[in-house]
Amino acid sequence: MTTPGAAAGPARGPAVRLLPRLDDANRFFWTSGEDGRLRFLRCGACRRYVHPPVPRCPYCLEGPLVPEPVSGRAVVHSFTVNVQQWIPGSDPYVIGLVTIAEQDDVRLTTNLVDCAPEDVHIGMAVDVTFEHADDVWLPLFRPAERPGDRSAR
Amino acid sequence: MSRPELLERRSVISGIGQSDVGRRLGRSDLDLTVDACLAAIADAGLTRDDIDGLATFPGAGVGTAGFAGPSSPEVQDALRLALNWHDGGLEGPGQLRAVFAACMAVAAGLARHVLVYRTVTESTAQGEGGRQGIGGGGGDGRGVPRFSGFLQWTIPYGAVSAVNWLAWIAQRRMYEYDLTREQLAWISLNGRRNAARNPKAIYREPLSLDDYLAVRMISTPLCLYDCDAPCDGSTAVVVSHADYAPDAPRPACHVNAVGTAIRGRPSWDQFDDMTTFSARDAAASMWARTELRPSDVDVAELYDGFSILTMVWLEELGLCAKGESGPFVEGGARIALDGSLPLNTSGGQLSAGRLHGFGMLHEACLQLRGEGGERQVARPPEVAAVAAGGGPIAGCMLLTRGPS
Repeated sequence: MTTPGAAAGPARGPAVRLLPRLDDANRFFWTSGEDGRLRFLRCGACRRYVHPPVPRCPYCLEGPLVPEPVSGRAVVHSFTVNVQQWIPGSDPYVIGLVTIAEQDDVRLTTNLVDCAPEDVHIGMAVDVTFEHADDVWLPLFRPAERPGDRSAR
Repeated sequence: MSRPELLERRSVISGIGQSDVGRRLGRSDLDLTVDACLAAIADAGLTRDDIDGLATFPGAGVGTAGFAGPSSPEVQDALRLALNWHDGGLEGPGQLRAVFAACMAVAAGLARHVLVYRTVTESTAQGEGGRQGIGGGGGDGRGVPRFSGFLQWTIPYGAVSAVNWLAWIAQRRMYEYDLTREQLAWISLNGRRNAARNPKAIYREPLSLDDYLAVRMISTPLCLYDCDAPCDGSTAVVVSHADYAPDAPRPACHVNAVGTAIRGRPSWDQFDDMTTFSARDAAASMWARTELRPSDVDVAELYDGFSILTMVWLEELGLCAKGESGPFVEGGARIALDGSLPLNTSGGQLSAGRLHGFGMLHEACLQLRGEGGERQVARPPEVAAVAAGGGPIAGCMLLTRGPS
């Protein structure tokens, strides 16, 4: 549980973070950001990334699934700016749905941060950043500082 | 291989009933349910002694306050029913799963007359406060629960309501199909226009495009008028064996086909195509079970828990072309009571109240029976399409005025 301070600048997320309950299946994911890297389960046989975590590769039903780091690069697949005060005291915040660079069927729900909500667009290139809250490192995404923004419009 | 028999065609909806519907009625869910059930049983020309099956969605104890309604054992006991078959549950092809289960029970000979109900008291539960997100909105950080399962992936990011998850679909449609807010508005405006002719509707005062565009945002691009109106109310139907149809006092509505499939990943955020949801699969499976075509549909009651869901259902049911629901509804002429495809004729959940899919079913039966009163569609309908649900929860069905 964390309450970000009233620092100036674009909203990062809701005023209060409700957190995941860690267990043996998800702990690697939610603590991955401790060293600044984003990780997903990856199949040792077919090499596909798998999310959310499951016991066996759902693509090939074969190989062991092991957490592996990814680049942290992603593209905004869709987004919404939440305005409703579900969580009192929240400024409007951007709930993004991003696709990781490594595999186009692995998506994360996240907050898009460090940019004005009105500048977010579908196709926008983003990079992972983490917000540490209690025993969890929440992956958030911010505009990428690189060419290759795939936005067409 | 020959096609298996379409067992849903052994069933009809022989009776319909609905309690009072309103904001903060202050009555218990069981009280409202008994009203709706007794009305449906009488409408079917039956007594409670004839009812030998009972089904509901979702069953007690799930969701936010006022969502679930009474359990089937509570209703069975309140009406002292003697049952040969009973069912209640959340998982399945959307709210209509209880109706589909009843159809199959009747076809299998497990029951002859199944009472099916759905009750909400979300307005009374909400009280004077605002609509709640999942998880109760946060609190002060002390003693707040943590989240597992699907919610762990969304709640930490303040994505605490289905409106957030469905806003992604609307946004993606604006990107891929050039959908505009001015087009989307017509789901709400059409509903309000029809609600003015429905004495039980929650909101009946006129709503203009300017009103729609000026109202506050909830989760962009969805505004307040894109979200349905929590209410109190219960809806019940009697699903009977088709051989009862000639004896029913009111015209029986024949079940022509049900749509139950989900072939994409059962997830709000991992579904393969984020311009749509499992309506795509449910609709495809329904059309595979009928000789009817989309052009045969005379009236459509398509779930509008959020306006964008109706747009997706219109397309996935083939009632307009893929990506073309915006131009199709714009201006509201095609979807009006005297249009080529009258839509959400009671006002839908946006204006008539969030009866959670069963209002759609009730209205389809009223229209097929020609009992729509001031809101009866201009052309006497023979075929009605009913759809309920969004995200990984979706089901649909075709009802016909006569046997198939």
